[in-house]
Amino acid sequence: MNRRSPVVENRLWQSEETLPRSDLRALQLSRLKDLVARVSHVPFYKERFARDRITPDGIRSIDDLRRLPFTTKADLREHYPLGFLAVPREQVVRFHGSSGTTGKPTFVAYTRDDLVTWSDLCARFLVSGGLRPEHTVQVMFGYGLFTGGFGLHYGIERVGAAVLPAGSGNTERNILLMQDMKVDALVCTPSYAVRIAEVLREMKVPRDSLTLKFAHLGAEPWTEDMRQHIERDLGILAFDNYGLSEVMGPGVSGECAYRTGMHIQEDHFIVECVNPDTLEPVADGEKGELVFTTLTKQAFPLIRYRTRDISRLTHEPCPCGRTTVQMSRVTGRTDDMLIIRGVNVFPSQIEEALLRIEGTAPQYLIEVTRPGALDEVTVHVEMREKDFSDKMSSLQALRDRIQREIQGITGIHARVNLVQPQTLERSAGKAKRVLDRRATASH
Amino acid sequence: MKIKQLSLFLENKPGHLSAICQTLARAGINIVTLSLADTQQFGILRLIIQDWERAKELLEAKGFVVNITEVVATEVDDRPGGLSDVLKVLEQARTNIEYMYAFTFRRNNRAVLIFRFDDPDAAVNVLQAKGINVLGDVELFEEKPGAKKR
Repeated sequence: MNRRSPVVENRLWQSEETLPRSDLRALQLSRLKDLVARVSHVPFYKERFARDRITPDGIRSIDDLRRLPFTTKADLREHYPLGFLAVPREQVVRFHGSSGTTGKPTFVAYTRDDLVTWSDLCARFLVSGGLRPEHTVQVMFGYGLFTGGFGLHYGIERVGAAVLPAGSGNTERNILLMQDMKVDALVCTPSYAVRIAEVLREMKVPRDSLTLKFAHLGAEPWTEDMRQHIERDLGILAFDNYGLSEVMGPGVSGECAYRTGMHIQEDHFIVECVNPDTLEPVADGEKGELVFTTLTKQAFPLIRYRTRDISRLTHEPCPCGRTTVQMSRVTGRTDDMLIIRGVNVFPSQIEEALLRIEGTAPQYLIEVTRPGALDEVTVHVEMREKDFSDKMSSLQALRDRIQREIQGITGIHARVNLVQPQTLERSAGKAKRVLDRRATASH
Repeated sequence: MKIKQLSLFLENKPGHLSAICQTLARAGINIVTLSLADTQQFGILRLIIQDWERAKELLEAKGFVVNITEVVATEVDDRPGGLSDVLKVLEQARTNIEYMYAFTFRRNNRAVLIFRFDDPDAAVNVLQAKGINVLGDVELFEEKPGAKKR
């Protein structure tokens, strides 16, 4: 199958990446036993383990994983903010968060050792995608609760390369930094890479004024087609990586020099691919929902965390020498989460914003488009008698307030469009909430 | 001495204004006057109609959002300075106008000004104290050209 040739020199960061499968399995088992012991006092697991009669001693093979309970985003929310913390608070050195399905984020925590592990996991995919200590990398993710910025930042430093923590924002300024600082590599979302290419064209920046060689892109779904565009327009190699804050952040998996899929770091995570309805495993190569068990994370370990991300796993050996399973690009979600410019957005968050205005949410429709490189969101809101006013200033204030509430809850700027009642599509009595017109949505 | 105004939410899309007018026309309801305030995406249509209750019912049945607003109608001579005199009175009393629109009765050479105030009762007192003719339902709808009074 893997007839491709490497696009960069094939390198490893840590020897664990090529452990023989049997050794890897043994390592996973001992770490799984340890994990079950470590989470036994976390209230959620304590209760589930008691119910299902699970003890660390009862874990005798990797197959026993299937007796363990699943963990969902709803479980995390029920134990908001830190009910899943498995170490004393004083051992935590960092918090991150991701958007929840409502106004509150989901928090995760890291010990000092967790940060070292995380940095190494990011270093693994950065190195396999060409990063060397002599390089300068411009990070154009937001630095904040979002794990993308800090995760990659520490990974780059771990490799010994230089970070330029530019953050997202003014594209012209970012291009100036690339030129002046002789930047070798970019870290951003795929759609922001497309945007950079567009602005380079608009600014008529000659390509040889840039020293870019490669980019590590992530935080949103993209397609092979987008990769080809980015590589051609920027004259670079673009690598994919995957992660989610609940499991660790970026570094859960990443591409190697052969780019046949993303290698999952199985010495730190056990991955399952399940049918989202039956929760039974699907066959190798079949589509299913990814489920992760964090083997080594100390502060915020999770057992069988349901990601809602749809992907495929393949255990076919890879010529790069890594023995780990590979996952395909994420092709969809089993829930209604949207990724807007790299930010996770749930329709229920928009609903929450609308609830804050008037107590009961009116009918609404979230329309997502990608007119150029970047996602745009319009929230259509049906006008109701109680919200309506004969004064233009009141209606404009209503629209602006909805916009502010949405921004406050989701962090994204949405255009708000007030529409007449009964004009938004309802299918079989149930309101349609999302109209995703982006090309990637169907892949 | 206040008049009921129908206010409708209107998307800026072809056919929406026409649908409202057709609904009223089919029911034989006459529009005395109207004003339209609009932005790029939406507008507010304000209508003065004698049988406002029936009009509201019909338009709501068609799915429109309709509000009833109390407005004040005053009558002035249709001559230069007619509006200015009224505005001066309001300005002196520091009465804020939310919005206004006007129309004329050609027969009587009189102009009617429709005002939306935050406190219409206070505004009516201010206007009447200065001798400005504030119209009630009877005067407004009966003086319409082509109506009963000939």
